[in-house]
Amino acid sequence: MKPAPSDRKPGDPLLRDTFNVVIVGHVDHGKSTVVGRLLADTGALPQGKLESVRRECERTGKPFEYAFLLDALSDEQDQGITIDTARCFFKSKTRDYIIIDAPGHIEFLKNMISGAARAEAAVLVIDAKEGVRENSRRHGYILSMLGIRQVIVCVNKMDLVKYDQDHFKKIEAEYRAFLEGIGAVSPRQFVPVAAVAGVNLASRGKETPWYDGPTLLEALDALPKAPSKNEQPLRMPLQAVYKFTEHGDDRRIFAGRVEAGKVAVGDKVVFSPSNKISTIKTIEGFNTAPRASIEAGWSTGFSLSEEIYVTRGEVMSHVDKPPQVSTRIRTNLIWLGKKPLVAGRDYKIKLGTAALPVQLSKINKVIDASQLDHRLEKEEVGRHDVADVVLELRQPVAFDLTADCEATGRFVIVDGYDVAGGGIITAAVSDELGDLRAEARVRDFNWVPGGVTGADRAARHGHRSALIMFVGKAGTGKHVHARALEKALFEAGRNVYMLDGQNVLLGVDHDLWVDAAQSELVRRFGEVAHLLLNAGLIVVSTTNAIGLGDATAVQALAPDAPMLLIDVDPSGSSTMACDLRITGTEPEAEVIAKVADLLRHRGITSRAS
Amino acid sequence: MDHLEQLEQQSVYIFREAFRHFERLCMLWSIGKDSTVLLWLARKAFFGHIPFPLVHIDTSYKLPEMIAYRDRLALEYKLQMIVGQNTAALSAKDTFPEKLKANPGMTAEEQAAARTECCGKLKSGALAATLHGTGTRMRMNLKTGQYEVDPDRAPYTGVIVGARADEEGSRSKERYFSPRDKNDDWDVGDQPPEFWNQFKTDFAPGTHVRIHPLLDWTELNIWEYIKRESIPTVSLYYDQGNGKRYRSLGCGPCQSPIDSTSKNVDDIIAELASGKLRNIAERSGRLQDGKHGLEELRRKGYM
Ligand SMILES: Nc1nc2c(ncn2[C@@H]2O[C@H](COP(=O)(O)OP(=O)(O)O)[C@@H](O)[C@H]2O)c(=O)[nH]1
Repeated sequence: MKPAPSDRKPGDPLLRDTFNVVIVGHVDHGKSTVVGRLLADTGALPQGKLESVRRECERTGKPFEYAFLLDALSDEQDQGITIDTARCFFKSKTRDYIIIDAPGHIEFLKNMISGAARAEAAVLVIDAKEGVRENSRRHGYILSMLGIRQVIVCVNKMDLVKYDQDHFKKIEAEYRAFLEGIGAVSPRQFVPVAAVAGVNLASRGKETPWYDGPTLLEALDALPKAPSKNEQPLRMPLQAVYKFTEHGDDRRIFAGRVEAGKVAVGDKVVFSPSNKISTIKTIEGFNTAPRASIEAGWSTGFSLSEEIYVTRGEVMSHVDKPPQVSTRIRTNLIWLGKKPLVAGRDYKIKLGTAALPVQLSKINKVIDASQLDHRLEKEEVGRHDVADVVLELRQPVAFDLTADCEATGRFVIVDGYDVAGGGIITAAVSDELGDLRAEARVRDFNWVPGGVTGADRAARHGHRSALIMFVGKAGTGKHVHARALEKALFEAGRNVYMLDGQNVLLGVDHDLWVDAAQSELVRRFGEVAHLLLNAGLIVVSTTNAIGLGDATAVQALAPDAPMLLIDVDPSGSSTMACDLRITGTEPEAEVIAKVADLLRHRGITSRAS
Repeated sequence: MDHLEQLEQQSVYIFREAFRHFERLCMLWSIGKDSTVLLWLARKAFFGHIPFPLVHIDTSYKLPEMIAYRDRLALEYKLQMIVGQNTAALSAKDTFPEKLKANPGMTAEEQAAARTECCGKLKSGALAATLHGTGTRMRMNLKTGQYEVDPDRAPYTGVIVGARADEEGSRSKERYFSPRDKNDDWDVGDQPPEFWNQFKTDFAPGTHVRIHPLLDWTELNIWEYIKRESIPTVSLYYDQGNGKRYRSLGCGPCQSPIDSTSKNVDDIIAELASGKLRNIAERSGRLQDGKHGLEELRRKGYM
């Protein structure tokens, strides 16, 4: 379908690279002028446009501004200022540019971010006379956070400082020092320009004989395309598992975009955090030639040799280079929400394709974005603040540090209905369950499968395995509920087993002293539960006997099994996250019916594919 | 991966995000080149299937060839084809062509106003009613090829649209996922941030989200893709020997062909790449746009 490169004639637009550049900077430092002038000087303007805007200015007695030209191009004169990102197109000798003109006003920071998040490189404009200002700093920081490694700084309006070299050098030194101080990427090039006069934009000006660096256009042309991510470890956040049975299609397709690395038919892959392992059987596509391997950038789909049950949000990788898994991450984020980011409030984090509840756990520092070098002692992260914070999830998530893999190393936070912030992961923070998860990984990655698969068992039993845990204070009747539920599920034809912690103590833990570390009791209990789950059972249990407060430790050891938490809370004071909360006084049948509903809803009993 | 492949992969990603997050998802299909590429990309995303309905607003003034093409593809691809129409305005003869017939002496300005009003009724109005389920939805019965009243009246909360940023100014401000409020209004000044590929997928009841998988495509990209994938298109885009072709398809009475001798996809690509059409807006043949016309219409829900 795709023409072979030899079919392409020189000048074929497909042979040319397209390069996305965002232009940012403090308001009035001359972004629009730089863009307008670049468009004019590279012949990208519609015929007569420049003249007609000049004439319009003469008619109304306004001095001509390149900003009017851009406005006229994007129909924005009503607003008077660039409130949103607008796109302009121009060509250099070597490639096609899309310039994303991002607004400089602080109120429109979210628009600037939307523009910058799509860019491969940035041009930051600083007014030579005004020097480095609040948004010069903030934008510089945000570019770095958004992962834009290629930045060119235009020191503009050099005419106003008489094209003075020292002045230029001073601004360069100041701005480099600032970026270095916050650990941001240092710009590639500082170019002294006078945008209105067109000095050092598309052509070299005589006004700066002391400058022997490239013009803006030369500097842009010299920026390399982002290196291919094919050599990085494989990462594919699972977007969906498709089965279009009603369209007469039996394929079960694991779909997503390969964000890094490459993968081939026959490769053994693992999904994190569930540790489910399978092998790539086919690479699926529509109207494409069959392929044996695929690499970073492709939105694709796979069928797997061993049917496994995995859900959106998991990350597919090779077994030897899996992503990290934790419930705690250290991040740099920028907050845009109308309400501040505070501890104790539930938010949603979207990371890769995962969407999970999250809370602010700790503020390391809030950086006043206007100063950035000033560290603030704050209890909350306010609008337009940037901060170094630790986030805590209720459930483990697979991720990478942003330095290792961008797509799985960055996230947004949703507050209510709105995307209220975004950031990058700078470090993994160990949580209490890290050791157990590591144990489960080694175990699962080396697991010796039997001749019967989990899918076979599920097909025979008519349900998948699951762990149903009754949690809550001692003496609330958890054990009674668990027994009743076991019996009811059994009678409904389920393969169910009630695992009583006491029995594990009596046998598996027999060698342990009475004062044995509780963590070891928990570990052994969890491993026993895991075996039963692996056998395809619905396991009913309680947190009583092993002295567990909640069931997260058990889940860390059985990451692949769905878990239902039923909180028995007679006092009505519990705030524990759970799937079902009961007071313990309800008729047993009612509780059982609710659990049966939950099992169906989670696709455990009536198997939704 | 070349530029066209990059665009394709991003569009596919957007489609899958939309399908995942919106239970009540539909896609607008105007039958034009963009929405036909959109249809193709949906099949790419879902491995040959289109797992949501397509909505077409029939102003009754579309060229007959477009309607025939629509119904042919619906049967061939087994589409869930929904058609909406402002039958009240049509039967009351409350349309621009009827008004012009009744009053042939209208000034140019009066005509422009009547056109905008007509679009508001036959397109934006019919679209809103169809999306919200307040108007009648006709659904194609794939067994008979006939349209029947669709019993489903639930509103759509996610609407996939083929807008491109390069089409005209206001579209360049769209996000991939752009929320619309309860009155279908688009608050251009207060749009959500779009970090990387994390889109706005949470929305308040009563509001909906417009999804734009083609936002980064240009007119040239569209034709390059049509060529690469051999996508069938209506012949109205090509010069049939009279030196004229349509560049953008709207309603018969309100559009005019451009001068062009492009007879096939290759000719069009060459024509666009040559820059010959650069000084002519793509939609210049669409008479309703005028100055500020489209942004105004768009704020009110027009696509
Ligand atoms: N003297 C001088 N003025 C400039 C130059 N570049 C831009 N300006 C002026 O600075 C003001 C702000 O420029 P504009 O491009 O609108 O800034 P933006 O807000 O960053 O887009 C305008 O009045 C421009 O004419 C320059 O090189 N020299």
